[in-house]
Amino acid sequence: MSSYRVRRPGARVDFDKPLTFSFDGQAYDGFAGDTLASALLANGTRMLARSFKYGRPRGIIGTGPEEPNALMQIETGAHTIPNLKATQVELYDGLVARRTTGWPTLEFDLKSLGGLFSRFMPAGFYYKTFQNQKLWPKFEHIIRQAAGYGSAPSEPDPETYDHSHRHAQVVIVGGGASGLLAALLAGRAGLKVVLLDEQNECGGWLLSSPHSVIGGEQASAWLKSAVGELQSLPNVQVLTRTSAFALHDMNLVLAVEQLQDHLPIADRAAHQPRQRLHRIRAERVVLATGAIERPLVFGNNDVPGIMTASALTTYLNRYGVAVGKRILLQTSNDHVYQGAADLARAGCEVVLADTRTRINPAWEKRVRAAGVDVRTGFGIAYARGRRAVTGAQLVKLDAQRNVVVGSGPSIDCDALGSSGGLSPTVHLYCHDGGRPHWDEERLAFVVPEAGRAKSGIYGVGAVTGEFGLQNALEQTERITRELLSSLGKSAPTSSGNLKTDEPDATPARRIFRVPDGRAEGHGKKAFVDFQNDVSAADIHLAVRENYRSIEHIKRYTALGFGTDQGKLSNVNGFAIAADVLGKSIPEVGTTTYRPAYSPVTFGTLAGAHAGDTFEPRRYSPMQAAHVARGAEFEPVGQWLRPWYFPQTGEDLHAAVRRECLAARRGVGIMDASTLGKIDLRGKDVREFLNRVYANAWTQLAPGKCRYGLMLDENGMVMDDGVTACVADNHFLMTTTTGGAARVMTWLEKWHQTEWPDLDVYMTSVTDHWATAAVVGPKSRQVLAKICSDIDLSPSAFKFMDWREGTVAGVPARVFRISFSGELAFEVNVDANYGHHVWEALMDGGREFDITPYGTETMHVLRAEKGFIIVGQDTDGSMTPLDLDMAWAVGMKKPFSFIGKRSFARSDTAGPNRKQLVGLLTDDPQIVLAEGAQVIERADVTPPAAMLGHVTSSYYSPELGRSIALAVVRDGIARRSEDGHKSGRDLLYAYAGGKAHKVTVVSPVFVDPKGDRQNV
Amino acid sequence: MFVLFCPHCGEKREEEEFGYGGEAFIPRPATPEALDDEAWGDYLFMRKNPKGWHWEMWSHNTGCRKFFVVKRNTATNAIAGSWTLAEGRKAYDAEGGST
Amino acid sequence: MRKDYSSWSLFTKGLRHNEGWNPAWRSAEPKPSYDVVIVGAGGHGLATAYYLAKDHGVRNIAVLEKGYLGGGNTARNTTIVRSNYLWDEAALLYEHALKLWEGLTEDLNFNVMFSQRGVFNLGHTLQDMRDIERRVNANNLDGIDAMVLDAAEVKRRIPILNTSKSARYPVLGASFQPRGGVARHDAVAWGFARAASKYGVDIIENCEVTGMDIANGRIAGLETTRGTIRSERVGCVASGHSSVLAKMAGIRMPIESHPLQAFVSESMKPVLDTVVMSNAVHGYASQSDKGELVIGAGIDHYTSYTQRGSPHIIEHTAAAILELFPMFSRARMNRQWGGIVDTTPDACPIISKTKVKGLYFNCGWGTGGFKATPGSGNVFAHTIARDDPHPLNRAFDLARFSTGHLIDEHGAAGVAH
Repeated sequence: MSSYRVRRPGARVDFDKPLTFSFDGQAYDGFAGDTLASALLANGTRMLARSFKYGRPRGIIGTGPEEPNALMQIETGAHTIPNLKATQVELYDGLVARRTTGWPTLEFDLKSLGGLFSRFMPAGFYYKTFQNQKLWPKFEHIIRQAAGYGSAPSEPDPETYDHSHRHAQVVIVGGGASGLLAALLAGRAGLKVVLLDEQNECGGWLLSSPHSVIGGEQASAWLKSAVGELQSLPNVQVLTRTSAFALHDMNLVLAVEQLQDHLPIADRAAHQPRQRLHRIRAERVVLATGAIERPLVFGNNDVPGIMTASALTTYLNRYGVAVGKRILLQTSNDHVYQGAADLARAGCEVVLADTRTRINPAWEKRVRAAGVDVRTGFGIAYARGRRAVTGAQLVKLDAQRNVVVGSGPSIDCDALGSSGGLSPTVHLYCHDGGRPHWDEERLAFVVPEAGRAKSGIYGVGAVTGEFGLQNALEQTERITRELLSSLGKSAPTSSGNLKTDEPDATPARRIFRVPDGRAEGHGKKAFVDFQNDVSAADIHLAVRENYRSIEHIKRYTALGFGTDQGKLSNVNGFAIAADVLGKSIPEVGTTTYRPAYSPVTFGTLAGAHAGDTFEPRRYSPMQAAHVARGAEFEPVGQWLRPWYFPQTGEDLHAAVRRECLAARRGVGIMDASTLGKIDLRGKDVREFLNRVYANAWTQLAPGKCRYGLMLDENGMVMDDGVTACVADNHFLMTTTTGGAARVMTWLEKWHQTEWPDLDVYMTSVTDHWATAAVVGPKSRQVLAKICSDIDLSPSAFKFMDWREGTVAGVPARVFRISFSGELAFEVNVDANYGHHVWEALMDGGREFDITPYGTETMHVLRAEKGFIIVGQDTDGSMTPLDLDMAWAVGMKKPFSFIGKRSFARSDTAGPNRKQLVGLLTDDPQIVLAEGAQVIERADVTPPAAMLGHVTSSYYSPELGRSIALAVVRDGIARRSEDGHKSGRDLLYAYAGGKAHKVTVVSPVFVDPKGDRQNV
Repeated sequence: MFVLFCPHCGEKREEEEFGYGGEAFIPRPATPEALDDEAWGDYLFMRKNPKGWHWEMWSHNTGCRKFFVVKRNTATNAIAGSWTLAEGRKAYDAEGGST
Repeated sequence: MRKDYSSWSLFTKGLRHNEGWNPAWRSAEPKPSYDVVIVGAGGHGLATAYYLAKDHGVRNIAVLEKGYLGGGNTARNTTIVRSNYLWDEAALLYEHALKLWEGLTEDLNFNVMFSQRGVFNLGHTLQDMRDIERRVNANNLDGIDAMVLDAAEVKRRIPILNTSKSARYPVLGASFQPRGGVARHDAVAWGFARAASKYGVDIIENCEVTGMDIANGRIAGLETTRGTIRSERVGCVASGHSSVLAKMAGIRMPIESHPLQAFVSESMKPVLDTVVMSNAVHGYASQSDKGELVIGAGIDHYTSYTQRGSPHIIEHTAAAILELFPMFSRARMNRQWGGIVDTTPDACPIISKTKVKGLYFNCGWGTGGFKATPGSGNVFAHTIARDDPHPLNRAFDLARFSTGHLIDEHGAAGVAH
């Protein structure tokens, strides 16, 4: 065992379970129960980081999430994690850790050379230099290389994460003495309680002071029985290794539970997530988050071996590590005295410099009895040592004012702890809008004990400023009883004797920056924020430069911006700023506390929504048929639709050419199941359709279908589709694939908010029906083979009719509608029969060489006909009139349908609007880029005025040439066939640096009279 | 993230179950053609957007799919209540229709 | 203007313990009246004051700020700068801004750390790629740098990007604007404040406007928490609070204010040297000079002035970022925050005169405000000084919501950025 180890009774390390680990490639020993930090300290490691800006040697300062310096790269390869604080890494056998700063080595850091010129690099220096924009990228490159701590992994994460959603009556954050007592009281009252603690076991500060007394028994015994009782209560759940990192509106607590990080990688359960995000909605939240000791600010206070005083105590009592042999403590308050006595009793030589002249006599007696050398009225001017602390120069302080009145002794030490008081962990309280109160007596921002009881948020213990154990426990009992009564409960029995053996407290000294007798900026650097290298002088400079709002000071100096979120530095920074500004601390205020209280893994935030389960994929019922036929897929909204069906050796173009020709000349088949379908019933459906569609619906008879354009109130096309009249009070609407959900909500909104008097009932039936479109001149023959009860003859079953019957033995609705311009039948069956009917159609069509086709061929076929795709040929700025679709607008309908009024606005009704046209390139083999811009002249020197753009562009196998749809300013009047041969029809389409000559034509390229679909 | 009470389902549910429906009580003009462009534009686009109490609609998307009215404070996220559209209209009118 | 920020000044003042630095800007007490009052000391407001003084010779200017300067959306965005918008009107306005960005550090004698590291807008669907092609071609014809890249080229330039075909929304390609990038947001506010202050502009913090004095259709002054201030020209540049100000003047605005959230990771070694945005999966990321991944989330769908949004938005954004960069799974979020975005029906700003003579509004920037800062201030200063819009903001008037002449930028503005 190393010489820094002390077998402390009550320590939480298991000296019978030795472990080995490595840091920076060197092997070390530790014990089960150690953190990486305690194990490194036990091995005598002091310097393990270099500072961000000046490259100064840095060591461990704290014991938990407040640690600013010891940021580690844990593990390697896919399991690596950047920036874990050594104080929060539980040691396991074989753990591999590396430093994250210090280049090329920890011993010699290049940045430390810059540090020699630190006086020329005050806060914000980069705003004042590097002002050549051309050279900035070079400067920036150097700055970026020098910045940053750990490295992101370079491989995908081998571990998984999940989320748990829960409800609780009481959530208690923090399992220290107060949190445990609150949990006991609420648990005994039968409430559903969740207790969260970020450490590996409950106890909080009791783990660092196991010999305190509660109700006549040792704290360790009280702790054991409290935890035991909580575990026995079925209505109480205790989650350790669970850090509550955010409190959101209406008492939503977010917490991360570490499930596996404390285990050797080989021992982790593959079926278990690494971490779990708990989202807990609570009726009451009890913040028992405790407090973190803040250090005093003095010269060279960042030398390795200088810590918070409580950290020295914790390492001794909890981990059995005496960080030094000769220890210098400096304090402004009583909190360090127990630790001083413990250190002395453990064999350390302890000098305690109290900045106060009047100290607590009871404590003084106790520590002197333990052998502590107490010096009152002294402060540390500066520490000595570079890579490890070797001593400190003390100065005599005035009894009241924080000024130097005389010299003091120089004291040698190998560890130095300071305490400027306790800073309550108020973060969560502030996340959803709460503001902490400054308590001048306790020198702390505190959560008021009643918290925001109206919202169900309470504070107990040190977070409210009750720093004494007995006071905290008594307060906890009182507040918890109030909480219980607000829920109609009472604590059944008294919690018993809560008496401790603490002496009454003596007031702390109001001191944050220990003076060194020199003007700020002239003496040794005194750090406020260690992680960001913010010194007291930087805060003075910020104020001098008029960065006087605390938010400006924070942003100008980077105070509190680190991964420790200013847990050690904020109050010191605010207090120093207040002194410079001549204001009180509450006048200066705090910066805003934001989630996360401590950093949260991205994977945990995402939970199961990663990789294959990022978002659901929707497939049609025929998916298996498409996969079997080798389809390539295209994402459309959440759906994956067959894009094309390549045969051996075919690329997209070859496949689409084959598919198109099959549909035009033989027969093709397409899966149209993904179109949105809404079933509308009620006696007023017709009127409803009249209002929500541009077209008229009054005359549509049962057995008939009609294409409709749906507009927004701004008059722009938002969706389209065919609606069938099933019966006089029953219609089936189809929507675009991507628009289904939006349209459904849109219709419901209008119905419920504006026209609740209309008798209409809507049901989304998208997933209930499977649809196979059989397309082409031979489609009737194919369908006839497997459908005998519908008269398919042209006279009996006309274009835009629909019939009910049996297809492949299955009840079906067959629609004679066409998105290709060919004779076509869309067969709709119960989704469960979709695959069966698809295969039956394939079998029936075999003799006609039936050809499955996907969305690409669908697009070509419809573009040849000039049929629009909403969202491709429209972009939210096109009216039906812009699309030359006046035929689909019932301007004479009595009700002013949605969007109609907007047509009449001056701009919408004005000239020169962009309108849908066809474009033909001069060279028929050139297929324009979709998204090419239409311009008037071949000269593309910017700025070149644009008339519109190409929305759809394909090679048409039917025509043996390219075709394109475009929206073009005043396009309809430019069309060649309208007789405008003035040259206005000759334009250019620009894409990728080239302009191609085009002629503006009608968008209907194939079968302009529409004969084919009527055969 | 709020908890909203759906007056149709009679239950408090997480915000993720709901869709935001925007400012409540913007009635569609009975005769749009009678409005000039400015008045029509006002109906289409202009919104109160207050900092403070706001009467707004939500729809219970993954529940009953009904719209309802919520009075929420946009400066604090406090919620004063939920009503059906009809009941909400009465409560709104009782306040003088102000925000 | 004297360039008193330089390496030399750092050296000489450093020798004297940095005690010789002057206030970056002068905090002023309100005077009874001004020629022009700007309401809102964010980047846009301060830029407006700066250009009013510098380009239009207006000297008697006050900028009123209800909190501390640069404390609104200027301090809360993800600092992306680009000009590759779809429609001419928007693209030319943002390009005007981008050109000013390119000289801003030298112009202000304040390093705003404008880093032209390029901006990728990823395409994940065929329609995304059509939109990208359309936008890039339009940009080129407007003289804006932009190019279309295929998936292989995107992968070559961003090796850590997941371009696997098996991704839920595979990357099919991207548009790339090399001149786009990021800047240091606070520095923009401070730099404009300092430069405006040097021209004599009064910057008055902790001064909230509580009422407007309007008589005979003209603005005459403002009631504030620090007294009455007379001015016959008032420009409101209050981003998320524009509706509140407009109400004081009896003007209705087509604006809704929503939470927009963002978060940063812990500081890491350089791993991403450009800006990557994706509308399809709803996320975008860059890495700050300090090493933090700066990640923008989507807009919360409800309105709110609380400057905080719902956590499920953050969770979804984290998932989106992991879809693009699976290797970031074990990196950690350090801090999240929210701003207020004032969204308009066409995702374009309003830079406009109003029916009240002498009262001007510059608002509705949605997610695009930061990148426009110098351009916005520049054209707004012109609008106020001449009582007539600059050609670049003529299209962004309030009248378009009556005439129907909307400039629908939803596609290019897309998710927050």
